[in-house]
Amino acid sequence: MLQAFSGFSEEHNVSSYYLSQRFYEPIWPSGFMLDPSSAELLQHQVIPMLQEIQEQFGYIPCEAVDWLAQKLKISKQEIFGVATFYNHFRLNPPGKHEIKVCLGTACHVGGGEKLLDTIAEKLGINPGETTADGRFNLERVACVGACALAPAVVLDDDVHGRMTQRSLKRLLDKVQKEE
Amino acid sequence: MTEQENIEVLVCLGTGCESAKSDRLFDALKEQVKKGKLESRVEIKRIGCHGLCEQGPVIAIEPEGLFYCQVKPEDIEKIVESHFKNGIPISDLYYESPSGERIAHYKDIPFYSRQHRVVLKNSGHIDPANMDDYIAQGGYKGLERALKEMTPEDVVEELQKSGLRGRGGAGFPVGLKWKLGRNSPGDKKYAICNADEGDPGAFMDGSILTADPHSVLEGLSICAYAIGADEAYVYVRHEYPSSVAALKKALKDSYERGHLGKNIFGSGFDLEIHLMEGAGAFVCGEETALMASIEGKRGMPRPRPPFPTESGLWGKPTVINNVKSLANSSIILREGWEWFKSIGTEGSSGTAIFSLTGKVKNTGLVEVPMGATLRNIIFDVGGGVKEDRSFKAVQTGGPAGGCLPADKLDLPVDFDSLKEAGAIMGSGGMIVMDETTCMVDVARYFLSFTQQESCGKCTPCRMGTLQMLRILDKIREGRGEDGDIEKLLELCDTVVSGSLCGLGQNAPNPVLTTIQYFRREYESHIKDKLCPSMVCRNLVKFTIDPDKCIGCTACKRICPTGAVQGERDEVHTIDESLCIKCGACFEVCPPKADAVLKVPAFEKGGAQ
Repeated sequence: MLQAFSGFSEEHNVSSYYLSQRFYEPIWPSGFMLDPSSAELLQHQVIPMLQEIQEQFGYIPCEAVDWLAQKLKISKQEIFGVATFYNHFRLNPPGKHEIKVCLGTACHVGGGEKLLDTIAEKLGINPGETTADGRFNLERVACVGACALAPAVVLDDDVHGRMTQRSLKRLLDKVQKEE
Repeated sequence: MTEQENIEVLVCLGTGCESAKSDRLFDALKEQVKKGKLESRVEIKRIGCHGLCEQGPVIAIEPEGLFYCQVKPEDIEKIVESHFKNGIPISDLYYESPSGERIAHYKDIPFYSRQHRVVLKNSGHIDPANMDDYIAQGGYKGLERALKEMTPEDVVEELQKSGLRGRGGAGFPVGLKWKLGRNSPGDKKYAICNADEGDPGAFMDGSILTADPHSVLEGLSICAYAIGADEAYVYVRHEYPSSVAALKKALKDSYERGHLGKNIFGSGFDLEIHLMEGAGAFVCGEETALMASIEGKRGMPRPRPPFPTESGLWGKPTVINNVKSLANSSIILREGWEWFKSIGTEGSSGTAIFSLTGKVKNTGLVEVPMGATLRNIIFDVGGGVKEDRSFKAVQTGGPAGGCLPADKLDLPVDFDSLKEAGAIMGSGGMIVMDETTCMVDVARYFLSFTQQESCGKCTPCRMGTLQMLRILDKIREGRGEDGDIEKLLELCDTVVSGSLCGLGQNAPNPVLTTIQYFRREYESHIKDKLCPSMVCRNLVKFTIDPDKCIGCTACKRICPTGAVQGERDEVHTIDESLCIKCGACFEVCPPKADAVLKVPAFEKGGAQ
């Protein structure tokens, strides 16, 4: 994760800030007034704003952290700290397709881990990584709430339940062929 | 066409049914009803979780109470044509009991008839997006009564008399918490609803928020009134988009109707409720971590005291309640404390809600009176173990809970009995395990979850859970040594007594209870290098019986690593150096051949 931010200090320059102005300014809630007396209220905005940025871009670009730090008058380090603390935030771009393997208890007992291994082996990546061609990223998730359908695999927000090695192969073959 | 009464079609959009594509059913129904010109007497509604997720997607037809299970989009035309138009229900879609009997009405299905639904009464029956549906069921009567007829002190007293204990897991009396919040000095106070349900395998809170959001908002408003807060937060898990959407709609409607905002019910009471989405940190279910998260910081717990009731959000007195506690509060205010107290046991009044999952026949959302036994829940409501395998253990309370064996099945489920047995009530996950589940693997699974979610602030939790995990990995991989169990127990003790928050203090529970009740399994892993349930992958291997193999290449085609070798019509073999033991070959080997075998990797005693 740190790697994604390794260019943080060197590459950061004035032009990237202006660039970020253009890209991120529309995210700023209209009518949101900066009240320097209320540092609390500014800090309160960190997580919702990061969520909004991720919603728009699919991840949190480091320029966005920069921009947000300026806006909220909080250090970049602090925002980086928050962004890395929560599992939801990702600091590198997602793949074109996202495969999430549910490893909630019901799915674990139902063999979710083995499904994850199979996918990792097939795509040649570890959970949390994106394939070199940028087509897939693989995530392990704690529970998607589809326990009745355990074990579940989520492909681009589509839940595929009661997965077996056979149906998994079919699913992967299909999506790999699509392009 | 004969004269027929109006009907309501309820399409379940709970997480289970939604994952099974029930939204397609909704669209298909709309289309078919329109096509059949039945719009005037057939009303289609989206509902939250109906409960019996196992049979999803489900459709209920009211007022008859008919129940269709596992409905596919292609069934819709038939349903509309035969049932809605001609009054002939489709019996093929009725629930099929294990004995093969078809049951038409959900009220007659044991899964429902053995439950006692109080909090879940509206779930799956009202349209969560329609506030009038909730009001028609007596909704907001509790808040109205509190605001118009009672002082905040009366409300607190009512809650105290009801004996309601916090449903977030610890079971702290709700009334007492409100009293502490009420009595804390300060002109600014906050009420918070903790809807950050992160337990893997638990979906009750999310389901309630999706199916009946107003009941939680009403409870939160009552809480705010009782403690004297004019601002409240709902901290909801980001991973529940349908709950977030239901809450947003409910909040908007409430503001429009004046059930939130200024001068509610003309009583002079003002309240604003904000919605805050979490960002995927399990530890934020802990109250002080949750408040740090609302403040926009890393969600790390802090030592208590001071308790949030004295110094909470932004240093102001704050009362935090779980979703179910708040939903219960609205009911108590509506029905009165005597009624509530009459349900459940002496020490734990009311009902318990579980999401029943794992190797059980009827996966779903279950509500029973406190004091019901585990056997009631798993066998009567849940229908018993899947594929009629033998029952091995039940895990309650999420990753911080404990595993109870078969001889604890008659244990009554309430806060105190579960705690005594080593498990906890937790927020209400209940996972059933059968003989194919390895208890060492389960303990490792839960511990790996808490270890990953440990925020890292205090050492016992950060390092203790990691060391425990390493020992469990060692055992699981067949490298266990004598004395490992004792080392684990010692570490458990340190982590329990030294950790800052509930996450660390309870993290060793799965390990402690599995050692307590299933010590033999640990010993077998350590001494004999044998996993009795054949789960731990370093202790099993896959081989192909040359006498049985028919050379169909099914295993070869599915193997993700190319470990299976052999040509068509020839006997296949598995190259163990390439095998990742995913079990795919074992799964696809045709039953008529049954040639792939799962065998212990080590001879008894440890020799390979």
